[in-house]
Formats: sequence, structure tokens, C-alpha cells
Amino acid sequence: MSIRSCGAFRKVVLMLFRTYLFRKITDAFITALMLLAVVTALIPLVSILWHTFRQGWSTMNWSFFTHLPKPVGEPGGGIANALVGSGLLILLASAIGIPFGVLVGIYLAEFNPRGLGTAVRFTNDVLTGIPSIVTGMFVYALLVVTMGGFSALAGGVALGLLMIPTVTRSTEEMLKMVPQSLREASLALGATPTQTILRVVLPAALPGILTGIMLAVARVAGETAPLLFTAFGNRFWSLRLDQPIAALPLQIFTYAISPYRDWQNQAWGAALVLVGLVLVLNVFAGLAYSRASRFRR
Amino acid sequence: MSQGMTVKNLFAWYGSQPVLKGINLTILPNQVTAIIGPSGCGKSTFVRVLNRLHETIPGARVAGQVYLGEKDIYAPGVDPVLVRRKIGMVFQKPNPFPTMSIFENVAAGLRLNGFARGRLNEQVEKSLKLAALWDEVAQRLDQSGVALSGGQQQRLCLARALAVSPEVLLMDEPASALDPAATLKIEDLIRQLKSEYTIVIVTHNMQQAARVADQTAFFLNGELVEYGPTAELFTRPKDQRTEDYITGRFG
Repeated sequence: MSIRSCGAFRKVVLMLFRTYLFRKITDAFITALMLLAVVTALIPLVSILWHTFRQGWSTMNWSFFTHLPKPVGEPGGGIANALVGSGLLILLASAIGIPFGVLVGIYLAEFNPRGLGTAVRFTNDVLTGIPSIVTGMFVYALLVVTMGGFSALAGGVALGLLMIPTVTRSTEEMLKMVPQSLREASLALGATPTQTILRVVLPAALPGILTGIMLAVARVAGETAPLLFTAFGNRFWSLRLDQPIAALPLQIFTYAISPYRDWQNQAWGAALVLVGLVLVLNVFAGLAYSRASRFRR
Repeated sequence: MSQGMTVKNLFAWYGSQPVLKGINLTILPNQVTAIIGPSGCGKSTFVRVLNRLHETIPGARVAGQVYLGEKDIYAPGVDPVLVRRKIGMVFQKPNPFPTMSIFENVAAGLRLNGFARGRLNEQVEKSLKLAALWDEVAQRLDQSGVALSGGQQQRLCLARALAVSPEVLLMDEPASALDPAATLKIEDLIRQLKSEYTIVIVTHNMQQAARVADQTAFFLNGELVEYGPTAELFTRPKDQRTEDYITGRFG
């Protein structure tokens, strides 16, 4: 090749790289990078699940689920009271978190007055970020001190306060996703704004709202810090609202930091149960959402 | 027989933006009045002012009088909810309620008014027949409203609007999202319905206005340019702008 055609050749090659091939290679490279990021992000998640499963599986038996904890030194015992206690706490939390969360969410999405709406939304967003232990301290001052002792009620209230901002936010988002045309159709029939919300908008957003509630419950089921000085934990059966109550996360905490091997194993078992519960709630929430919204637009 | 509507000195704004400027118009009872004009001329806004839907948009404002028969629907103390029960609306994109069955969609307006439970069946059937949908859905009234075709959904919305027995029926480009066959069905229905209702139809399709409307109003930039019997407006327009629009010089 002569020198002149070399220059032209180089130009062509450069042009080619700047167009098709170069773009293809860059595309493949970035895709590989993203896949690598996905795998990297999944590794800790999968390893937590796997490790918990491996460590906790050995303690899974019928007596684990049906017996009370045994004193130190005695083998065996279970998490029965922690399971029931967690259940009760979740029920109490939901009784507070769901009504308030949904109603405030409706208020923000449907009424949204100019100043107050912004203020409420901002406050809610700040509250989603409040460390759960601070909420626990607040309930400690509010209920534990005034009632003179730890109680299931205090634990339920603390968890309920944690639920409200999450449920509010997801309810508002789901309601905003309902197309405005549906509200107009309802208003055009001569419905009041309240009737429109209750009969048209809320039912349309219901799958999403329920999913949001289930996810909030899943989050709250595993909260430990606020329970440390509200529900406090209990080694015996108790369903009383004015007495301390056992809870799965508390049991895990007590057992995991203990020096006894048997207790540590049981902590893994309880952790597996908790993870299983959260997993089931998430999967259930996702399934329910996709099933319920299959035929909606 | 239903009532007509009279619009006097109507102004409307979105925030500070004027959309309608001094509209004066009389809509004759039991006739079809078409509103035509280029995009953005205010025809949809005008129709939404007629059933007090415009004010539900934050920042929207209305000034002037709108009479249904003898009563000003914008008089202070008038409940917009009651106004909307007398003036129904069908929208451009069919919007049946997705969480309700076909039956429940048509009955929705009736249930709001506390209609007697026993008589619901009868009224739903009557409305579906008026909308020429009964034969197609009689066997599947409990199926979801969104499982129908576009044209069927629009007729369902029409049945829903008719079920509450309004005096005036507003239709905002009801056929523009539909295929030609469904469009013709809707136009047939409009011709049949005018004996019972006063109908106002917004359309960007001039041929449609020529086919169905008794009176036509031409809007441009928020003003009413010309209004008169359809045949006259299209063959002997009085305003140059009207002529320009219908001959396709703009729009």
C-alpha cells in the first residue's frame, strides 16, 4: 500500500470503530458490568439466607415451636411464647399503623391542600427515617414510665408508630397511580368526592395498598431495638397487654449474645423462622399484587 | 322533554391563563349541538364548565352564568354534585370502573342516589338497551367492565351516564378513540337519543358534526366565532375564520 492509501485506510478504520463495532463492544462491556454488579449485590443476600438456613436447620423440630424457653443449662426449650408474642405485637402495631397510615395516605393523595399537604408529606418522609431505637425511647417515656413497667402495649405502639410513615407513603403512591379519568367519571355521575374515593379510587388502588401494608408488616416483624425497652421480652407465657411480652427478635438478641452453645443454636433457629416469615410475607405480597391487578388497567 | 342550557358571558381560566373569553351561547333542548374548532381552542374546557367539572382542577376558575333551563348552576349555594346528576358526561377515552362488573358499572350512578335495590335490574337493562349494548352483554353482566372492546366500553360508559336519567348529555370527542365501525354505532345512538336528551358533542371531526348535529358552534382561541344550524355553518359561514377552518386552511 502506498502512503496515501494508508491514511485513507486509517480514516476508514477509525470511522468503523466509532460506529458499529465500537458500539457493540461497549454495549457488551457495560452489560457484563451490570451483570457483575447484580451478582455482587446478590452474594451477601444469598449467603445470609444460606448461612441462616444451614445454622438454624438443626434446631427445627416440633418442640422448638411449641415449648417455652428452658432455663440456662437445661437442654431443649423453644420459642413458642416468642412466636405468639411477635404475633400479638404485630396485631397491635397493625391496629395502629394500618388505619392511620391509610387514612393519611388518602388525605395526601386526594385532598392535598396547599400548605398543610406539603407539611404533612415532609413530616412523614422525615419520620420514615427516624431510627427505630429513638421511637422506642419515645414510647418508653410515654408509656413505660407512666405505666410503671414494660408492656406488650408499649411494644405494639412503638411498632405501630414505625409502621405509619411507611404505610402512608405507599398508600399515597398507589392512589396517585389511579388515573384521573376514573375520578372524573365518578364525579361526572354526580358522586361526591368522598364517594368517589371510597367506591372508585380506593378499590382500584387496593392491591397496591395491601402490598404496601404487607411489606410494612414484614419490616416491623423484625424490629428489635424499639422492643428492647418497651416490650422487653418474657421467658414465660403472657398475653397481657400490661406485662412484658416475648418476641422473636428479642429472643434472638438474648440468645445470640449469650455464652451458651445451646442457646446460640436456638438463636439461629429463631433467626431462620424470622427470615422465613419475612420471606413468606414478601412473596405473598408480590403474588397477591400481581393476581389482583391482572385485569385492571 | 329535557331542558336546554344558556351560557352568558362565560370566562374560564387555568390559573392565570385564560381559556374561554366571553362565551354567549344557547343550547337548544332535545337537539344535538356540536362544538368544533382546532386543538386548544377551548372546546373541551367549555364542555367541562357545563357540568362543573372544570373547577375540580386545582387553580381553575370560572366567571359568568350558565343556566340549565331557568337556574344558574354557578349561583352561590348551588351544589355541584346535584348539577352533575342532571348533566352527564361521556369522555374521550372509555373509562369504565375497573373494579366493577358490567352491571355494577351501569348501576354505579344509581347506587349513589340510593336507588331502590329491587329496581336496579330493570334500570340497568333499560340503560344498556338505550346504549345498544344489551344484546352483547346480557349473558355476562357480572364480568369485568374492562374486558370489553373499545367500542363496547364506550357504550358501557354511555349506559352508565344514561342510567341516572340526566337532562343533558355532554360528550367530549366520544368516538375519537374508536374504530370507524364503532364510531358509526355511537353516531347512530346520538341520533336516537336526542329525542330524550339534550346533547352537546365536542368533535374535531367536521364530517361527524355534519352527520349528527343540528346546531354547530365554532370555537377559536377561547372565543365563540360562529354558531348556527349545522347546514348553514358549513355551506354559508358568516365569518371568514369559520370558512378558513372548514375548508381546511388551518386546524
